[in-house]
Amino acid sequence: MDIFEILTSAAFWAAAIRIASPLIFATMGELICERAGVLNLGIEGIMVAGAFAGWIAVWAGLPLWGGVAVAFVTGMAFGLLHGIFSVPFGLSQHVVGIGVTLLATSLTFYTYRVVLPEVSSPPKITAFQPVEIPLLSKIPLIGPALFNQTPLTYAAFILVGLVALVLYRTPLGLAVRAAGESPSAVAAQGLSVTAIRMGAVIVGSGFMAVGGAFLTLSAFDSFFFDMVNGRGWICIALVVFGAWKPGKALLGAILFAAFDALQIRLQQTTIGAVVPYQLFLMLPYILSILALVLMSRRAEVPAALMVPFNKGER
Amino acid sequence: MRLEPIADPSLARKLLPPVLAIVGSFLVASLLALIAGGNPFAVFGAIIKGAVGSKFALLETLNRATPLIFTGLAVAVAFRAKLWNIGAEAQLYAGAVVTAVLGTGMLQWPAALLLPTIAVLSMLAGALLLLGPALLKTRLGVDEVVTTLLLNFIFLLFVSYLLEGPLKDPMGMGWPKSPRLIPEARLPRIIDGLRLHWGFVLALIAAIALWVINTRTTLGFEMRAVGQNAEAARFAGMPVTGVILKTALLSGGLAALAGFSEVSGLKGSLTLDISPGYGYTGIVVAMLALLHPLGVVAAALFVAAVFVGADAMSRALDVPSYLADIMLASALLMMVLAILLTKFRVVRD
Repeated sequence: MDIFEILTSAAFWAAAIRIASPLIFATMGELICERAGVLNLGIEGIMVAGAFAGWIAVWAGLPLWGGVAVAFVTGMAFGLLHGIFSVPFGLSQHVVGIGVTLLATSLTFYTYRVVLPEVSSPPKITAFQPVEIPLLSKIPLIGPALFNQTPLTYAAFILVGLVALVLYRTPLGLAVRAAGESPSAVAAQGLSVTAIRMGAVIVGSGFMAVGGAFLTLSAFDSFFFDMVNGRGWICIALVVFGAWKPGKALLGAILFAAFDALQIRLQQTTIGAVVPYQLFLMLPYILSILALVLMSRRAEVPAALMVPFNKGER
Repeated sequence: MRLEPIADPSLARKLLPPVLAIVGSFLVASLLALIAGGNPFAVFGAIIKGAVGSKFALLETLNRATPLIFTGLAVAVAFRAKLWNIGAEAQLYAGAVVTAVLGTGMLQWPAALLLPTIAVLSMLAGALLLLGPALLKTRLGVDEVVTTLLLNFIFLLFVSYLLEGPLKDPMGMGWPKSPRLIPEARLPRIIDGLRLHWGFVLALIAAIALWVINTRTTLGFEMRAVGQNAEAARFAGMPVTGVILKTALLSGGLAALAGFSEVSGLKGSLTLDISPGYGYTGIVVAMLALLHPLGVVAAALFVAAVFVGADAMSRALDVPSYLADIMLASALLMMVLAILLTKFRVVRD
């Protein structure tokens, strides 16, 4: 199979959309936090916690959507923790984020060992299955790629629309964006910057956790320790690549996922036979760094990102 | 409610954060041990006994502290200048790779010449690995947290490639490991028969050297000034970009020494698991030490004791050893909070 054949196959684009889905959830979560002015480096650990919480809830008997809800609430809890440290206390967002990632990851692994002490391989659940959307799924190429996915993938796309709608068309979205651009103006309007930022970090962290849960509830049907594997850090790069805009970030995630799907397929071609497989596995991380470098000159970063707001100061 | 700065905190107030953080993390761990069905007193008893309860345990703790002193120093020097180096893990492996490449027979020199050469070139590799993200930060404003984190994944895959390709041990029964180092490339043991190598002494020397740099040299002064307020430092005529790049070289070099010391001193060959995350744990070590080089030694000993003790505890009682990771992560978070509360007091409006 040559590259052209791969790029024109519906199976390839279906895979790209599937790989993009967890990134879309987590990127939207990070985007909400950053638009309000908070860099959330807890993302990697929150995705791990979400992946585990959603899966263990379903394993314990909850329906699949119940698992998604449990993941969301778990993410919100870690968001609350991050928020308290980074917003009212105004602590270094870098250190707090790394701390939340380390805590969420180790708590997850600890809970796993406590709940499942004696298993050599983790139990499986029945994951979300693809749901074909009538008529739309019959469109050549786009149909099977976009409209024969699991409900959680559809939810990811709906979320992008919702985030864009709320951010740009509602007073709440205006307040969130203003909190990230000019918090003193928000305070002058009599609104609480602290409340807005806390809310954004809590809700955003919830979506990061759902991104993690996509891995255990839709992409696979079980939980593994190294499952998230840097996806959270990649999402941080995707927010920058998308210039902090939901639509562009979505395109970035799909583009990125397409590269990821391509490298998996290239490993099985004649190129893959000569090039070491580690080089293919490096590509997503290298691409993320390239994306950061390419976008670095653009001054679209929220002006008050990583700047704590203290009411007393001006 | 708002925060009001305290003009002149007392020494007791300054030293309070590490104490609070350690006590707090013990409380969190006790609660989790109870949930897992363990008696907290038995758990901590087992951790302490496992960490310092015998000569073997104590040496194991010192051995485990060695790489943590290096990565802790690497993070401390970088964070002090507000260069957020989260890539100590990759820099550690850079040092380890150089050690494995040069020490497995490529250079047949006497130990007195070979060991310093390998150490210096290891440092150079780690320094160069951090120079990239530092340049991206100073030239293009790319956040170094994300680039150093992503480099960790890239570099570990590179090491994996080396161990399955050019650096693979032909006698390794297919395992991804390098050949053994030649005897001249091994850091000897401090005392014959005791499993503790000169890497530990090298780590102590590095801590003292960094302390001297911080307090007695212009670079040390500049690094602190840039960390406290880069704009003011630039206004005062300091070469801020140059200071950040020098900090990066120093930080990457220190982290790489951890890899050199592990391969040359402890393991004797390179594998993909020489570091169970020492680069990340270095962040906890540095924060617990309030970024002070000599504090790093104390913090590394404490963190190593928790890890070694938790491993022993986990074997004796049915409580997972991840308890140690939770303790350290919560200690990190409580530490930053406690530091704040020493500098500010909460005032009600």
